[in-house]
Amino acid sequence: MTDTTLEGKGRTLWGDVWDQYKTHKGALVGTAVFLFILFAVFLGPYIYKVDPQYLNIRVKNQGPSMAHLLGTDQLGRDMLAQVLHGGRVSMAVGVIAMAISLLVGTMVGLLAGYFKKLDGPLMRLTDLFLALPLLPLLLVIIMLFRDTLRGMFGPETGIFILIVSIIGATSWMHTARIVRGDVLAQKEREFVLAAKSIGTPDRRVILRHILPNVLSPIMVSATLGVANAIITESALSFLGLGFPSDFPTWGRLLFDGANYMTLTPARVVWPGLAISLTVLSVNFIGDGLRDALDPRIRGR
Amino acid sequence: MLPVGGTQIPEGRGILDDNAPLVKVENLKMYFPIYRGILSRRVGEVKAVDGLSFDIMEGETLGLVGESGCGKSTVGRALLHLYDLTNGAIEVNGHDISTLEGEELRELRPEMQMIFQDTQASLNPRMTVGSIIAEPLDEHTKLSKTDKRAKVGELMDAVGLARHFADRYPHEFSGGQRQRIGIARALALNPKFIVCDEPIAALDVSIQAQVVNLLEDLQEQLGLTYLFISHDLSMIRHLATRVAVMYLGKIVELSPRDALYEAPLHPYTEALLSAVPRPDTAQAATRNRIILKGDVPSPSNPPKGCNFCTRCPKVQDICRSLEPVWRDFGDGRFAACHLID
Repeated sequence: MTDTTLEGKGRTLWGDVWDQYKTHKGALVGTAVFLFILFAVFLGPYIYKVDPQYLNIRVKNQGPSMAHLLGTDQLGRDMLAQVLHGGRVSMAVGVIAMAISLLVGTMVGLLAGYFKKLDGPLMRLTDLFLALPLLPLLLVIIMLFRDTLRGMFGPETGIFILIVSIIGATSWMHTARIVRGDVLAQKEREFVLAAKSIGTPDRRVILRHILPNVLSPIMVSATLGVANAIITESALSFLGLGFPSDFPTWGRLLFDGANYMTLTPARVVWPGLAISLTVLSVNFIGDGLRDALDPRIRGR
Repeated sequence: MLPVGGTQIPEGRGILDDNAPLVKVENLKMYFPIYRGILSRRVGEVKAVDGLSFDIMEGETLGLVGESGCGKSTVGRALLHLYDLTNGAIEVNGHDISTLEGEELRELRPEMQMIFQDTQASLNPRMTVGSIIAEPLDEHTKLSKTDKRAKVGELMDAVGLARHFADRYPHEFSGGQRQRIGIARALALNPKFIVCDEPIAALDVSIQAQVVNLLEDLQEQLGLTYLFISHDLSMIRHLATRVAVMYLGKIVELSPRDALYEAPLHPYTEALLSAVPRPDTAQAATRNRIILKGDVPSPSNPPKGCNFCTRCPKVQDICRSLEPVWRDFGDGRFAACHLID
């Protein structure tokens, strides 16, 4: 039974994760689609060199043609160029806002779940944020800080920072609650007690034992968070609180197009499709990652 | 049968010294508060462990038996200061650990370790076997990566696990193998004292024997001291040098093994022993089986007088009013009962 010569060939965690990830077809397709969208929005504008802001009123409200592959809007701007440019901002907002809300939510959830003393205050804070009427709050924040940030970072970067941090700061609560609930269950398990009997300090118990075991719900809320952030940004832009009206984002394009839906339905279809595909592919990636990170599922 | 590899036996640890207690427990109390109502008022407490005093000698195995819910596991965990004690003093190897906290307690952790009952739950499903066994080394030693891996290999040899299992995950193993992983983790820091919290209760009978033999071999080789918690009286008879019988948070009898199994002092011990299944059917048919009636009273509201008075077949009036004192009956035998002369 004992074997002193055979030393494991040293499986690495990430090697195993990748092996499992490869077997998840949905995740692979999702990754391909996501990479394609990423490539299209960040490199596309260098290939398809049409200015999204260029007005040509004579070709307004056109359907797809060779000159304008996805048609034009009511001011004759090229739709494809707008979708490509708009994607940059939407993707960036989605990913960064998700990262912020995930970081805050996970941190609050871990602390509240693990330390009994912090549970009350942190969860009441979470409830407070959940109970806040978001829209009036956003209005106030944007009114207060828009001009200062614009002055500091320029009109577009300033508003980008503002929007990303607002979305991040107002969407972490659900993650926090889910993580807290899971931490409460995990910390009662015997391996946590075993770690304490070894003398592992709380900090490392959380990072080594609790966090990896609550990764699944975090992954799920991360993928949902991207979708949420893109849509919230759209809503803000629609209300005129987001990016300037001549600055295309997917949400902005969608809402602008909504008025012309009967005339040129394609104007709603393309940005809508872009948002849906992004969200769907991120969901599949998250699904694959969650499975790949769980050793019990891995290798099946 | 089991190669020990390079696991070193510290000097003098293999020699049994019957006179030196390694663990001293004095009036150990562990109450869990009960909160009720809107304002979470403290309405009472569960007296899981209610005033235990005992010693564990170096190199011996103290068996701790009792039925479910009598506080056995709580004693084990309290002994390692995994709970905040309500009262009492615990001395392990000359250090009073009941008052220590934080870093001071952490430094003493290598002396005492624990083996758990539920092999599935006591190993982190997301860590490889190698990193599980190496965790104590990560926390308490500054070994290099290769040294650590070598030490893990030695430990796996010592508990009879193949070295190439180090890169696998706990769910890939059987219950017996997982228990070996748990034992290897407990041994990593060369502890003196190990609390075995029903380490074999969740295993197959054939595997139980393997694990028990492994524990015995390790005790012999490394001079370990065990507190062996179990409800399996035959296993305790096989393993223990002395046996403590618990009922409702209190030790009712503490005796050397042979004396206890030969002539139990306390009526509860008697009833417990009469319930042990015998392999010999003829003997089993004639034995005098004592069947206890009723349930164990709630530890949040123990009966007045002797804890066992509600179910004791020999109960007298005095048992219902006066709590029996813990008395020495000579030959290392102790019991708490009014009826013993």
